Parts: sequence; C-alpha cells; structure tokens
Amino acid sequence: MQCPKCHAPMHTYNRNGVQIEQCSNCRGIFLDYGELEALTRVESQWTQQAPPPPPTPQGYPAAPVPPAPAWGAPQGGHGGHPGHGGHYGNKRHKSFGHMLFSS
Amino acid sequence: MDPEDPDAAPWEAAGGLLARLHRTPAPTPLPPMRGPAKAAGAVARLREAGPRPAVGAVLRAWSHLPAWARAEAPMPDTTTLCHGDLHLGQLVRHPAPDGPWRLIDVDDLGVGVPAWDLARPAAWYACGLLPPDEWTRFLTAYRDAGGPAVPADGDPWPALDVPARALTVQTAARALTKALAQGRDLDEVERALTDACARMSSAPAQLGPSPAK
Repeated sequence: MQCPKCHAPMHTYNRNGVQIEQCSNCRGIFLDYGELEALTRVESQWTQQAPPPPPTPQGYPAAPVPPAPAWGAPQGGHGGHPGHGGHYGNKRHKSFGHMLFSS
Repeated sequence: MDPEDPDAAPWEAAGGLLARLHRTPAPTPLPPMRGPAKAAGAVARLREAGPRPAVGAVLRAWSHLPAWARAEAPMPDTTTLCHGDLHLGQLVRHPAPDGPWRLIDVDDLGVGVPAWDLARPAAWYACGLLPPDEWTRFLTAYRDAGGPAVPADGDPWPALDVPARALTVQTAARALTKALAQGRDLDEVERALTDACARMSSAPAQLGPSPAK
C-alpha cells in the first residue's frame, strides 16, 4: 500500500502478532481497524508480566484501495450505501454498461 | 465484446495492447491524436444548450484545465503514438470468437500524451463507476507490459489527473447534452460525472503529465 501522506510505498512489519505498515519515506505508521486496541492490549499485558496472547484476527482483512484523485467520488460508501463504495455495488447500472462502449 | 456483459470486459488485453501501442515508434510523421479535440467538441455542443443547472459546473471544470487538454495549445508530448479514443467497443477478437484481442478504429490515432488513452477507465474509477479491482487489473496489465504513460510503480495520478478530468468533463458534457435534448433528468451514473466536475473546481490540478521513470 501507499503512504496516505507522502505516497511512498509502505512496508508491513509484525509487532507482537500485530501487522503494522510503515512508510519507507516519512516513517509514518498505519494501523488497520482493531490494531491499535491489539497493541494497547499487548502493552498492558507486558506491564502485568503476563504471557503474550496468540495473535487474533481483528475484523476482516482490508482490501488495498488503489489511489484516486481528490475530486473523485467519496470512497467506501456513496449515497448511503455503506460497503458499496460507489455506484457499482452488486449490480451494474445499464447506463454505465453503455458508457463503457461509447466515445 | 458484448455491451450487455461488462463483467466480461478484457481489462488485461486492453492494458497490454495499449502499452504495446504506446511503445511503438510512430512510423511516419503523424498529426496530434484527437483526444483533446474531441473533448473540446463535446464541451462546445454543451455550451449551445445554454445556461442550465449542471452545465455551469461542467464548463467551470473544463475552464480550469490546461490549454493543451482543451486543444488550445500543443500537447506536452509530441512523439508518443496514441489511440485517441479508447473504450471497450474498440476491442475485438479476430478471428471471432476465440482469436486474440485487437485494438481497432484508428480515426483519432496520432501522437500525444499517452495518459489520455488511460483516462477513460481512470475517470470511471475516480467517479466511483468502475470497481477498484477492475481499474487495478487494467492499470497493472498496462504497467506489466511496459506502458510509458505512468511510472512503473507508485501513484499514477500525477500523470492521469489532467486527462482523467478532461474525460470526465467530456463524458459529462455528452450525457448532459443528450439529457437536455430529451428533456429528461440525469440518471445516477450521469450524475456521478457532473458531481465529479463540481468537485474539480475545489481540487487543484496535479502536475502532469510526468515522464515515466
């Protein structure tokens, strides 16, 4: 994936069973849903001298979204259809099918 | 290619063929490819429709494009061979139905900014009409085949931004002209295009096109 700040490639590291992405350029760190909580939990268990828990899957794996321009449609939901990210959803609009084939 | 079955769109073939075209040296001196001229034509026809609600946003987005993208100045690239009007209807199998894919219709072919040929799918993706995975298939195939329009990796948008804006404006202008002539409202897909035009005026254009690495 790419750094949302400086667009350099991000590399995945594993810290205590938590996948984190770090930017190869600005060193910024990206955490997926639930990963901050997982890190906090690991930290509190460390201070209690408890053995670290096995890594647990958090949420669902996020599909990498390719970059898009600032004027593009809002990503990850449009027109009150969360999860459908745009107009494609599960059914193609006839008008778009036609558009694919015309000048 | 069946317009009723867009899920079967040959994105890999489209990306690969386009990269091959862009890497082919122009055999003889060629005129500029006609992409910007076609966009300018669509905008001129919309202008004739007069002041209507969504027309202003589309014309404003057009006015913010650099002169070369409005066919009012030479393009910054005058050597790369370009198709000039790429859409899925320009892909055919020969011999049908199982032969290799070919790119047809050389009416608008010429030399110019190769990112223009990627700009229609890029615009569809940006407007939320083309799913991310299909956009990625097309772009990846183009890059894997050594296409020069975008850097081999990293963010392609600095190169795609201006042509994708132009194609969004062109497609919105065509849709709006048609809807006004038919006295009907825009449908959901057409509105996605005019909405994108309205957003463009508040998002400054990226520097582009940039040469490939």
